[in-house]
Parts: sequence; structure tokens; C-alpha cells
Amino acid sequence: MDTHTDDGGGALMGVMADAWTWLTTGSNWSGDDGAWHRLAEHAYVSGVSLLVACAIALPLALWLGHIGRGGALAVNISNVGRAVPVFAVLALLMLTPLRKEGYLPTIIALVLFAVPPLLTNAYVGMREVDRSVVEAARGMGMSGGQLFARVELPLAYPLIMIGVRSAAVQVVATATIASMVGLGGLGRIITAGFATYNTPQVVAGAILAALLALLVEGVLVVADRLFSPLRHRRAQGTTP
Amino acid sequence: MSAQNCLVRNDWICWEYVHSRSQELTDATVQHVWITVVSVLIGLLIAFPLALLARGRKAVAGAVLTLTTVLYTVPSLAMFSLLLPVFGLSASLVVTGLVLYSLTILVRNILAGLEAVPAEVREAARGMGYGRIRLLFEVELPLALPALLAGVRIATVSTVALTTVGSVVGKGGLGNLIGDGVQSTFKAQVLTASVLCVLLALVADLLLLGLQRLLTPWTRIRTTAGAR
Repeated sequence: MDTHTDDGGGALMGVMADAWTWLTTGSNWSGDDGAWHRLAEHAYVSGVSLLVACAIALPLALWLGHIGRGGALAVNISNVGRAVPVFAVLALLMLTPLRKEGYLPTIIALVLFAVPPLLTNAYVGMREVDRSVVEAARGMGMSGGQLFARVELPLAYPLIMIGVRSAAVQVVATATIASMVGLGGLGRIITAGFATYNTPQVVAGAILAALLALLVEGVLVVADRLFSPLRHRRAQGTTP
Repeated sequence: MSAQNCLVRNDWICWEYVHSRSQELTDATVQHVWITVVSVLIGLLIAFPLALLARGRKAVAGAVLTLTTVLYTVPSLAMFSLLLPVFGLSASLVVTGLVLYSLTILVRNILAGLEAVPAEVREAARGMGYGRIRLLFEVELPLALPALLAGVRIATVSTVALTTVGSVVGKGGLGNLIGDGVQSTFKAQVLTASVLCVLLALVADLLLLGLQRLLTPWTRIRTTAGAR
């Protein structure tokens, strides 16, 4: 029994050491199948998709929130997004003529799954703005536009940013799954490892994909703290 | 004859496929269901003590919530791959990954449910001589049940969708059929398996909604009265 567990632990350590060797071997980083190219692909599709998703979802959500309509859509779309497997959408896209369009299938899938968290959080953020504050702003003679820009948007900002953060993390994760249908991105290191029974490579690719997702989450958390409009005002308020 | 042709023409919708591969579809669905059910149940068994441990202890709660959020951030494919050296190509790998994902939602909801129990209710029960265990299981847990079950619903629906990624180790239920279908550009197989997967999530959600109504009849009375 003891030797068996020792072997298990030893094998695990061996795989981790081999994964480390994979990560520190220069040739694994260069070329079209190399980690740098896969990382660039991953960053490119993720960045484009997040921008497109924000451009679609945020104006719509903010407008719906401002006029106070479409709540059922904005909230339910998240539930729908959760029930549909990313893998299935990517697979379906790959069986259409779109498969010949390079990164387009990935970008379409990423946008589809980034829109729900953006839409729901921004809408809820707008609707949760204290109604008495809105009424007070109206009473002060603010126009619809002023109300939106000076009251609703700053107060909804924290939830909007939570939406952007979950969308960004979702996008980075979904971009990994794109490799399962033969598309580019960091996941390709993983699936190529699976195809050649190369466990160290699978683990190395997984470490890179996990680190990238955590890095994105971490950067957005810090950015949120630094740039939140309310934080600035709160600081002003506490130091008269 | 014409029914056969839809396989030859590689149509998206092909009843002949559903018919001739019904055994394959059933097997994949059964695997999908058991992986999901086992994952959510184990997730609950781990999340409940974690939530109890975190309750009332700010530092522990912070640590538990941070850890589960970090786990949730790891992409599913990466999570399954990181577990490969430990579990090999097995269903345990997929189940473990799915359990780790479900923890985020389950711990959060159970904690929120327990913390929303009004202090006066707790004090009244204590005054009536309820011990800690009885207080937890007969007073606090029933009151936390709506939040807990809401968490179970979200966790189950996401788990059904995430199980498909398990096809990377050949244990993805309907995901296996999706993966094979992409490889062989078999449209009917990919569409049928995808639709079944979404239906599975929908059915699971409705069943849990039914369970929620059955177990917490008081919330329904309150909401219908409120709606009127």
C-alpha cells in the first residue's frame, strides 16, 4: 500500500516537473503551434469579442434601464446563457460555412456568451439606483441625459463593472474551449497534448490558460478599485 | 427510403438518426445525467459544512469565498486538464472538476440563506430550549431553503452545460456525441445532442423548481399574496 501511494505521489510530482520543463523549453514557445502564438490568438479573439459584446450589450442595457423596460429579457438572458453549452455552440458553428472564416466562429461564440452577464448586470445596476435619488435629480431640473450621465451611470457603475469582469472571465474561458473544435487559442496546447497522450503538455497548457484567466480577473478587480467614480467621491466625503 | 436519405444528405434534422442511434443517445444522456447529479450532490455535501464553517466568521468566509471564486475563474478545460495527472481519463476527473465549480454558487447561496435568518427567530427558538443542532436543522435550514434551492438550480443548470467539456477525456455525456459529430461533420448528431443537452438543463431546472415549491410552500403563499 505504501509503495503504491508513493508511486502515485511520485508520478504526480514527475508530471508537474515535466510540465515545468515543457514551460521552460524555448522551442515550445515559438512557431505557429508555440505558446506565444497561441497566447496571441487567445488575447486577440478575447479582446475583440469583449469589445464587440460591450458595444452591443452595454448601450442596450443602459437604455433599457434608463427607460425602465425589458427587465424580463435582461434578466432571463443570463439563465438562457447558462443552460446552453459553449461547446455545443462552437460545434454547431463549425458545421456551417463559417468554419472557413478563420477566427469568426470563435468570436461569434464568445460574443454570444459575453452578452448575458453584461446585459443583466448593467440593467440591474441601472434599476437598483435609488428611486428617491432619481426623483431628487429630476426635481433639481436635470434633463433625461443629465440624469443618466450624472446620477444613474455613476451609481450603476459598480454592477456594470461586475458584468464586464464576469464577461471577460467568461470570454477567456470560452476561448479555451474553442480548441476542442479545432480552433486556435491556448486550449490548443491542451488538446494537442491530449491527442498525443502528452500529459505534461496538457498540464502546462492548463496552467497557462488558468493563469491568463486569473490574471484577467485580477487586473479587472484592481482597475475597478482604481477607477470607480464613487470611490473618489467617497474619499472626498470622508475628508471634508 | 427518404428517411434514410437524410443521413446521406447530412441534414441538420434527421429523425432516422434519432431512430437508428437511439441506444447511443440514451447511453450518452444517462451518462450526462448521472455525472451532473453526482457532481451537484457531492458539491452540496461539501458546500454545506463550508458554509457553516464560514458563517459568523468573517476571515473564514472571506477565505472560502475567495478560494471558490478563484476556482470558478479557472477555465473548465484547464480545470479538467489540471486534474488529469491525479485521476487519469476517468469520470472521477469530470465529477471532481464539476464539484469544484458548483462550490462557488452553492457556498454563496447557503451562506446568504443562513445569514438571512432573522435574529429574533433564532432567539425565540433558543428561548424554547432548542439546542444548536436542532436549531440548525429545524429552524435555520428550512428558512435558508429557498436560497439554498435557488443555488442548487443555478449550479445544476451550469453543471449540465459544463459536463459537455468532459468529452475531452471521453466522459462528457452528450458532449461525447457533439465532439464525435464535429470530427466527422455529422450535423444531425451535433444538433440532436446539443438540443438534448439544453432540454436536459431545462427539465432539471423545472424539476428543481417543483421541488422548491413542494419543500417551501410558505414562500409561494407569500409571493401569490404579494402579487395580488
